[in-house]
Amino acid sequence: MKINTTLAQIGNRRDATGAISFPVYYSATFSHPALGESTGFDYSRSGNPTRQVLEQAIAQLEGGIAGFAFSSGMAAITTLLAMFKSGDHLIVTEDLYGGTYRLLSDVFSNYGIEVSYVDTSNVDSVREVIRPCTKAILCETPTNPLLRVADIRKLSELAKTRNILCIVDNTFMTPILQRPLELGADIVIHSATKFIGGHNDVVSGLVVVNNEQLAEKIGYLQNAMGAVLGPQDCWLLIRSLKTLGLRITAQETNAKVLAHWLTTQPLVKKVYYPGLLEHLGHNVQKSQAEGFGGMIAFELESLELVPKVLRRVKTISFAESLGGVESLITYPWTQTHADLPIETRERLGVNDCLLRLSVGIEYVQDLIDDLAQAIGGEDDAQG
Amino acid sequence: MLKGKAFNTRLLHAAADRDPFTGAVSIPIYQVSTFHQDPDKPGDYDYSRSGNPTRKALEDLIAQLEGGVRGFAFASGMAATSSVLMLFQPGDHLVVSEDLYGGSFRVLTTVFDRWGLKISFVDSSDSEAVEKAITPSTKALFIETPSNPLLKISDLRELVKIAQRHNLITIADNTFLTPYLCRPLELGVDIVIHSATKFLNGHSDVLAGLVVAKDQEFADKIGFLQNALGGVLGPQDSWLLIRGLKTLGIRLDRQSANAQIMANWFQTQPWVEKVYYPGLESHPGRQVLSEIASGFGAIVSFKVKEPEILDKLVRNLTLPAVAVSLGAVESILTHPVTMSHAAMAPAQRDKLGISNNLLRLSVGLEDTFDLIDDFLKAIK
Repeated sequence: MKINTTLAQIGNRRDATGAISFPVYYSATFSHPALGESTGFDYSRSGNPTRQVLEQAIAQLEGGIAGFAFSSGMAAITTLLAMFKSGDHLIVTEDLYGGTYRLLSDVFSNYGIEVSYVDTSNVDSVREVIRPCTKAILCETPTNPLLRVADIRKLSELAKTRNILCIVDNTFMTPILQRPLELGADIVIHSATKFIGGHNDVVSGLVVVNNEQLAEKIGYLQNAMGAVLGPQDCWLLIRSLKTLGLRITAQETNAKVLAHWLTTQPLVKKVYYPGLLEHLGHNVQKSQAEGFGGMIAFELESLELVPKVLRRVKTISFAESLGGVESLITYPWTQTHADLPIETRERLGVNDCLLRLSVGIEYVQDLIDDLAQAIGGEDDAQG
Repeated sequence: MLKGKAFNTRLLHAAADRDPFTGAVSIPIYQVSTFHQDPDKPGDYDYSRSGNPTRKALEDLIAQLEGGVRGFAFASGMAATSSVLMLFQPGDHLVVSEDLYGGSFRVLTTVFDRWGLKISFVDSSDSEAVEKAITPSTKALFIETPSNPLLKISDLRELVKIAQRHNLITIADNTFLTPYLCRPLELGVDIVIHSATKFLNGHSDVLAGLVVAKDQEFADKIGFLQNALGGVLGPQDSWLLIRGLKTLGIRLDRQSANAQIMANWFQTQPWVEKVYYPGLESHPGRQVLSEIASGFGAIVSFKVKEPEILDKLVRNLTLPAVAVSLGAVESILTHPVTMSHAAMAPAQRDKLGISNNLLRLSVGLEDTFDLIDDFLKAIK
């Protein structure tokens, strides 16, 4: 079955009434037929029918054996990190989402979990920092916001030979374009707020694992720590998944056009998009994913242009987040990546002239016109 | 505007009770993840994990009701508890009520222990025992009162005094009483936690946790953790919880009255070995609770004499759902050993008296004639 068929059918033929759309089960608790007997559902934190449909769907799409839904992408990562104990060491992508960096550096460091931040697009630099107590590689690919590409096969291979876990944040690609478990990774995480939710209306996180032992661990922690996704939000994500294939295709098509257009603009110094031939990770991306996604980063020629562009965009919204049908522009320096130390940001190229564009499904010429007037147009009265 | 208003009035009017744009008296459900930013002046909201207007209305409401500076809404009571526990560092020691909710016991003993948090479980209804358990590395008292499921009463006033003497913070789980009956912050407690799934929401249809901080220092720390860890409550559930809270007062009045009737009745039944309800004259915590709370709540636990009775009740009762959870408009009967406290080590359960013949009844809004009739028929 092709993925668009699987997506369209999520939740269908599951409900006793024949409802095509699976119901939202608001029930917090479930009656037991007798002592020691259960319908399979006891308490919604431990398991909820609507959440189960979503969790099984994402597991199937990612090619894993179990899925887990959380109240945010950060709740998903927090729960995952709770697998580790004091003294454990993790290797993490250096230009990762600021929220994940904050969680590691300000919360989990207190619990004695040590982290090395490296360029995961370079397998050798990952290998070099492995220690006896290293428990996992946590990588984002393509990275946020610079879209650097890590070779998931090579990282997974390395992880296997050293008996450590390979965890991939697949938020930017979704299983439509990239399935890390098929490439050898052990765990996939998503901020499902982004492309999977896709409508800028649900905050959520998803995790998928590839073996029973991990499923048991994450399932235990999901229940014990309790940061589960509510039934209404699960239902909205199920609904979102049905159009995921169409949306990703449309967003990527637009992103390709915009990326090329941006490279021709004199006030744009640099464009980061894995679909561009000159992008460093282009070939690896082609070898492991079925596309390049809908995210672009670009650097403006001067700092003065930044507020001008952010103030003047009319169709594109200046807002945090990404992956929705509406195009968003973000200023990583003060928004998504403000929590990364300044030296790190500068070294990576996340500088104060960098903007991140999440390309939506608007008509592409309207987006080009909007950016053209925002970057190049004359200042208006308030400008 | 609400200062001096009665609790039942504040339940209805403390939560941003008017949408500033339309005048709608029910706050809209802001089903949104992100917000337009003005590059020149930052607005109140940028990303829903950090803040959402519907969730904010709920958070302001619970802060108002508990008398704290700021409230926080989480995806479940356990997400609330887990986030608050992240305030502590490896090596920190907590003194915790020994017969607490099995889920809290589980997270303390199997998750936070790996990060070096040290716990002493003590009978917190015995203030001296609490003080004796304090060590130089103790940072907090974590108290559940009335306790679950045996309804032991801790004297929060005394415990706060002890905590202050030793420079500790006090955290109280107020799930069983809600601010309608007891306001721990007014007694000197620093942080209140709720499984809002229970009485606050009251309709068995939302999983949620709430936290209220008494002062700005803890509010800032918990706010940081709520955003960083991300276990937040969604907008639809926030809205349902605001809606649930509107009837909290009238629900608890009726549920407590029904619970008193059921407890009295259980005491007269030959098949009942023992009844635990703080509203009974014989309950050792009755006096203390009547001083710190304005009611005894709606949870009644009881032990049956014969195992056959347990079996009959579970099989034959038609009104109370045999299920976990509590605090709902529908009565719920729970068998703690296999349900709410299954996560607790058997040795710990035995030590506490959470035995196989113990049942916990969360009394709902059904007419007590029907409830009693249901029990009588069930044991026949």
